[in-house]
Amino acid sequence: MFDEILTIFLDGAIYASWLFIVAVGLTFVFGVLKILNIAHGGIYALGAYSAATIVPIFYTLGLPEEFVIIAMLFSALAVAIVITPIMERGLLRRFYGQDEVLIVLVTYAIYLVLEDVQKLIWGMKSFYVSEPREILGGVEMGSLYYVGYDLALIGLAIFCGLTLWLTLNKTRSGKIVLAVIHNPEISGCMGVNINKVYLAAFFVGAFLAALAGSFTAPLISVQVGISVAVVIESFAVVIIGGLGSIPGAVIGALIIGMARAACVHKFPEAEIFIMYFCMAGMLIFRPKGLFQGAQARKI
Amino acid sequence: MKIFRQFLIVVSSILISLFSVFGTASADDHKGFKLGVVTFLSGPGAEPFGVPAWNGGKLFIDLLNAGKAPAPYNKVGFGGMKITAIPIDENGGATKQVQEFRNLVQRDNVDAVLGYVSSGDCMAIPSVADELQALTVLYDCGTPRVFEDASYKYVFRTAAHAAMDNIAIAKYLISKGYDVSSIAGINQNYSWGKDSWKDFSVSIKKLSPNSTVENELFPKLFSGQFGTEISALINSKAKVVHSSLWGGDLQSFILQAKPRGLFKRTQVVFSAGDHVMPGLGNKYPEGVIVGARGQYGMMAPDTALNRWFYKVYMDKYGVFPAQPPYRMVQGLMGLKMAIEKAMENNGGKKPNKDQIATAFNGLEWEAPGGLVQMKLGNGHQAIQPHAIGKTAKDKDGNITITDIVRYNATCVNPPNGIKATDWIEAGFPGAVCNK
Repeated sequence: MFDEILTIFLDGAIYASWLFIVAVGLTFVFGVLKILNIAHGGIYALGAYSAATIVPIFYTLGLPEEFVIIAMLFSALAVAIVITPIMERGLLRRFYGQDEVLIVLVTYAIYLVLEDVQKLIWGMKSFYVSEPREILGGVEMGSLYYVGYDLALIGLAIFCGLTLWLTLNKTRSGKIVLAVIHNPEISGCMGVNINKVYLAAFFVGAFLAALAGSFTAPLISVQVGISVAVVIESFAVVIIGGLGSIPGAVIGALIIGMARAACVHKFPEAEIFIMYFCMAGMLIFRPKGLFQGAQARKI
Repeated sequence: MKIFRQFLIVVSSILISLFSVFGTASADDHKGFKLGVVTFLSGPGAEPFGVPAWNGGKLFIDLLNAGKAPAPYNKVGFGGMKITAIPIDENGGATKQVQEFRNLVQRDNVDAVLGYVSSGDCMAIPSVADELQALTVLYDCGTPRVFEDASYKYVFRTAAHAAMDNIAIAKYLISKGYDVSSIAGINQNYSWGKDSWKDFSVSIKKLSPNSTVENELFPKLFSGQFGTEISALINSKAKVVHSSLWGGDLQSFILQAKPRGLFKRTQVVFSAGDHVMPGLGNKYPEGVIVGARGQYGMMAPDTALNRWFYKVYMDKYGVFPAQPPYRMVQGLMGLKMAIEKAMENNGGKKPNKDQIATAFNGLEWEAPGGLVQMKLGNGHQAIQPHAIGKTAKDKDGNITITDIVRYNATCVNPPNGIKATDWIEAGFPGAVCNK
């Protein structure tokens, strides 16, 4: 019994961690820029491809294996550095303040473009870079063997969440971002460079998406089409937690992760719809999500 | 001004007449054969399945058009008609595919459509094909229900359905003495996965009545994340784990399950597991029982036709052909034989779809994977011989398939008119297993 509960908890925690890393960038960008960025999935895929490109090079050069994680980190950073000015400065900036539906369509168009960019650069080939998954070894837990890399994803999720939360709430820059979230117009009047804040926020969101892709690459076959499921699951997380809320993303990811793990172990036939069940339940009883408080309507 | 207007009218009339004549000539051009080819060209089904299938198809069509295929396929194109292929991406789901099918038939005026990997698409297309009276060859998909639940005039499937894969695996496990006292399964949550699991679990229960089902998992198609499922499978402690996963799902499952020791703790069987071997190479686990949905790739028979196909594919793409290109070529060969048979019966003219459908019914032809016979579904559904083997490393350390057992088509396919599940539950009556 204890073994089973431990297994459900661990499986749920690993899946929730992955979901959180994927979704937190999406919710952060919405919180600051008020953009529901469907292209988030495309950036995730670019992160996975960048890791799939850099990892073999890393091993070919014979560099110390332990540093491959840092190489993956830098590959995600490179994606964010390239994609942010193109997307935020080049395109999205022109649509700020426009109807939200229009912005969703714009980001969907970017998502489709990114899918084609992947095909243009990497072709239809699948990439397998499972080597980084072996460097952390593994641990026996009950009757199961868990790979250290998978467990490290829990640590990475906690690190990402805490860093983001502490930066927003305990630093001057974070407080400026919070001020912009609260009221961009007054923040601008007080001397805050809104454009810079938007650019920085988008960069952080893109980096988190690419980071999720980069660290997922050793787990999967990296190929065209991997972003579709990610977009849907990220949206489920932010709908449950509340758009724009980081604690909401934590809780949303945990709810889906744990519910899914419990279903696979105890009620496998329910696994296919449990995520949608959680999402639908939230939309019925608390349409704004768990951590989205009531907002005054501006007239 | 008046003269200029008259001049314009005359010129326009001439251009319109010319266009009409040219258009009629094009529509009546009997020299070519327009073939719509539908397979996964993007998405998780593309790299391991759709792309190699189309690579094989494209290569074979080029060789046919050049008259360079061996006998009996050495006539140029289809009966002398050069083949023009229109490839269409199967990615996007059944609703999109129905629309694409209509486009091929009604807008592009193709003479036939050959396609469909996904069983979901194969369930959606046939009724539309008959409604449009469009000759359609299903070259790959596996669900037995296409011709078990309905009958169609213009639709043919040139490869055996999935019941064969799972019956053969069950027979292999029993004949080789594997412990099947408890089984578990992980199969995708749609017709292919559900039907595959049902055929396998019922076959095992029939051959080993004391066997118990410990776990049945049906993750959604192309979910890509299987950590929790792997834990559940290990915890089930089943002696055999069956899976019909394919494409990106199978690749990800292998990459995630191998370090967690699933392949060492239990006997895993992949009913369609060969097609990811070229990509995964030595990352593919040893000791896995695999089917290739026929005698394909490493399990292909040693015949002149197979040696030829294996070589031309290897020479062109630098990798051995697994099941996808074999199956597409098998479909093209069947279509070619049907067309040429119809032409023999109509004096060598381009046959119409009814003549081709009549010729296709009950047809037999030799393909690289062995003899294909349209014996089920009242002559619309193929049966073929099958092979099952086990992965191992060769002396150079490369993954290969050994311990291969071959099965007659009539040993692992039900007779005409009997549903696969009914045949399994009845204990395979009439199965002919000795060559």
